Amino acid sequence: MPLYHSEDQAMLSDTARGFMADEGNIANGLRHWRDRDCPDGFGHALWKQFAEMGFTGMLLDEADGGLGMGHVEAGIVLEEIGRNLTPSPFLTSSVLAATALKHGSNDLKERYLPGLIEGESVFAVAVDETAKHRPDRITTRAEKSGNGFKLTGAKSFVVQGASADMLIVAARTSGADDDADGITLFAVPKDAANMSHDAVRLVDSSMATHTRFDGVELDGGAVIGEVDGGREVLNAMLAAGRIGTAAEGVGVARGAMDMTIDYIKQRKQFGQVIGEFQALQHRASHLYSEVEIARAVTIKAQQLLDEGAESADLMTSVAKAKVAKAAGLAVKEGVQMHGGIGMTDEYDIGLYMKRDRALQEFLGDAYFHANRVADISGY
Amino acid sequence: MSDLENFRLETREWLEANCPAEMRKPVRDDDDVYWGGRRATFKNDAQKAWFEACRDKGYTVPAWPKAYGGAGLSAPEAKILRQEMAAIGARPPLSSFGIWMLGPALLKFGTEGQKQRFLNEIARGEIRWCQGYSEPGSGSDLVSMQTFGEDKGDHWQVNGQKIWTSYADHADWIFCLVRTDKDNKYKGITFMLFDMAGAGVSTKPILLISGNSPFCETFFDDVKVPKSYGEDCPGFVGEINRGWDVAKYLLGHEREMISGMGGGERTAAIGTAMKRHSAKTGDDLDPMLRAELAMFDVDALAFTAMSEKFMDEMKSGKGHPAQPNMMKYVGTELNKRRHELMMSVGGSRSLEWESEETRGGAPSRDWLRTKANSIEGGTSEVMLNVISKRILELPGA
Ligand SMILES: Cc1cc2nc3c(=O)[nH]c(=O)nc-3n(C[C@H](O)[C@H](O)[C@H](O)COP(=O)(O)OP(=O)(O)OC[C@H]3O[C@@H](n4cnc5c(N)ncnc54)[C@H](O)[C@@H]3O)c2cc1C
Ligand SMILES: Cc1cc2nc3c(=O)[nH]c(=O)nc-3n(C[C@H](O)[C@H](O)[C@H](O)COP(=O)(O)OP(=O)(O)OC[C@H]3O[C@@H](n4cnc5c(N)ncnc54)[C@H](O)[C@@H]3O)c2cc1C
Repeated sequence: MPLYHSEDQAMLSDTARGFMADEGNIANGLRHWRDRDCPDGFGHALWKQFAEMGFTGMLLDEADGGLGMGHVEAGIVLEEIGRNLTPSPFLTSSVLAATALKHGSNDLKERYLPGLIEGESVFAVAVDETAKHRPDRITTRAEKSGNGFKLTGAKSFVVQGASADMLIVAARTSGADDDADGITLFAVPKDAANMSHDAVRLVDSSMATHTRFDGVELDGGAVIGEVDGGREVLNAMLAAGRIGTAAEGVGVARGAMDMTIDYIKQRKQFGQVIGEFQALQHRASHLYSEVEIARAVTIKAQQLLDEGAESADLMTSVAKAKVAKAAGLAVKEGVQMHGGIGMTDEYDIGLYMKRDRALQEFLGDAYFHANRVADISGY
Repeated sequence: MSDLENFRLETREWLEANCPAEMRKPVRDDDDVYWGGRRATFKNDAQKAWFEACRDKGYTVPAWPKAYGGAGLSAPEAKILRQEMAAIGARPPLSSFGIWMLGPALLKFGTEGQKQRFLNEIARGEIRWCQGYSEPGSGSDLVSMQTFGEDKGDHWQVNGQKIWTSYADHADWIFCLVRTDKDNKYKGITFMLFDMAGAGVSTKPILLISGNSPFCETFFDDVKVPKSYGEDCPGFVGEINRGWDVAKYLLGHEREMISGMGGGERTAAIGTAMKRHSAKTGDDLDPMLRAELAMFDVDALAFTAMSEKFMDEMKSGKGHPAQPNMMKYVGTELNKRRHELMMSVGGSRSLEWESEETRGGAPSRDWLRTKANSIEGGTSEVMLNVISKRILELPGA
């Protein structure tokens, strides 16, 4: 498979780009909801439009009403989301949760997938338990109770936790906190008793929760996949989420870079356009190189995941870490090259910096994934 | 015992007796900083007591002459005071652009009358100043500024606009670059001093990405700036049309001050603080992150030594006059890196923007604020250009 977009993919890219620039741009998306202190952090009408575009169920099998597309396609949509900083539940619902639900029972699929495909439902995932991403350690417990389970514990950084109709919760059903086995994934509906959310707004104006489970009663039907055998589903879900986050990060990097290159072509100091200074030219060219590389490895990892290749795991972590570095560079150079105006709220470049920061942390930062690269490579 | 050892013991005792426990805790937000000025209020009794004790002893500006409100300390004495204050974590009793920027310029270029009046007011925290340099079209290329003062005999009539004027809406007076000769770029600027409450001055706060509004657009609409405020007290510093010399000299001090953020003499390894933090949050430090923190500490602690050397040389007149540019460049880049690492250690908790646990998003807001460090007071690029030109003497730089 060539490492560039096929004709169909290029068409999807054009469509997604036009759609996001028109409907999900910074003025009517991020700033609109932020300035209204929206408790969801995104607009439900846009989510319906995502459905009309066919985006919401793109990763789902055709048999389940989806489009049967892969991570390359989801990444195309996410790159445009990143470029426009479009607030939406796409990553958590259509990428993370959808990947997990593919492993769910028919009952679960029937219960949750139509709402997702229609753009009616929003899903969240609850994996992290501390301020850093450490999915190897799961202490939230689900004890057997009658025909079902009783869930006890706490999760944090549950993006869109408060507005989600269903949360996918990784819990321990057996073994010790650090065991690989003994994990089970549950689909916990919004109205479950004894579940409470402490909602927090994040630096990028998105919403997340610290969620507590104080003996949440679940029936056996809430289990996604096998009891005690959830690690595999969790890993698949995380891989999808990580590569999706990387794709969004590429969009953030490109958006910030384009805005910056535009700016240095216009701003004049010392009687010349500042883009004439080699000090800035070289850094802009360096940035371009890094962003291109980050994008290449992201598409590579997407393709490997779609093929089910063994190296997908390694390359997903490579991509997540590389994008974190490249996007981090793009937003830092962006603010710096704008000078004073880059520090103002009125100007958009700072919004890219904020979004990048949240994406850096989500599902493991560059340090986490670089460490994983060493682990997987066996040194 | 030598005089300096004696001075150290006396200083230690004086600090013990006069610096309240609350004033030995780290500054958490702008509220904890006492800026002085006509409209200043104290946050609490401890802040007031500490300020007044220092003011009465001349310790708001320890190295300034006693006649101008200082304590007349020698360079070695001033260093000892800094060290002893750092040892107990004492906060600066008074922070002000008057102390860091205007004061040094007046000490060098001011008339005796200006020094008597303005330096004493600064030392006693009576007047808060702001800096009117940058304009929308003149940032890095400051000398191209256009705000114009028309000569009206005993005063100038000033029209124009400044931007990014830090705390202009809180300031009592402004030190301001005003063009007084349109035909002469470098020798056509006058360094004026005037009251922000005067007719024709208005300010409009600008919202920063951190969510705060510490700086403003500042507009001058037929502002009357007197050429004299009385006997031997002109309304400008240095000579008319030669304000650029004053402006540049002041920038050197501004840069020296800003460089302190990156690791002044108070810097300690951040790794230890971060480990404590992560122990609290229940996360072990990731091995990669730990390595990154250690690399940072290598740079920061080395820079601390550089800061000490720099200060010692500056205060004894031995340093290269362009070295504040290097200090500003390195110090601010380090400070940005420090906050990036703090965000990484804090993880998702640090992303919170409003929560009580983060004191209203302090980690992320502080992190965003540091991004201005390499812009304000001259950008990193400008610092590097100046090093190339004035220290390395590269052609064409
Ligand atoms: C191992 C090796 C093998 C080689 N093999 C061959 C060969 O087979 N055939 C052949 O013809 N040549 C060969 N070269 C020569 C090579 O192409 C030149 O060394 C190279 O083009 C640089 O030229 P220079 O050495 O004159 O350096 P200069 O051009 O003098 O450059 C000196 C420094 O100034 C920088 N510089 C120059 N111009 C600019 C600018 N506009 N902006 C910013 N920086 C600038 C350069 O990047 C460099 O860092 C080889 C060189 C090496 C090291
Ligand atoms: C928080 C904050 C507080 C401030 N407080 C004050 C204040 O109190 N009073 C005041 O007067 N000003 C203040 N400033 C303004 C500050 O001094 C200017 O922002 C700064 O000098 C840069 O100017 P600019 O914003 O116009 O950027 P520009 O000069 O337009 O620079 C844009 C980019 O181009 C680069 N660039 C420009 N020229 C060159 C060159 N020759 N070579 C290479 N790169 C170049 C810059 O480094 C920067 O990256 C403040 C700024 C900030 C952010």
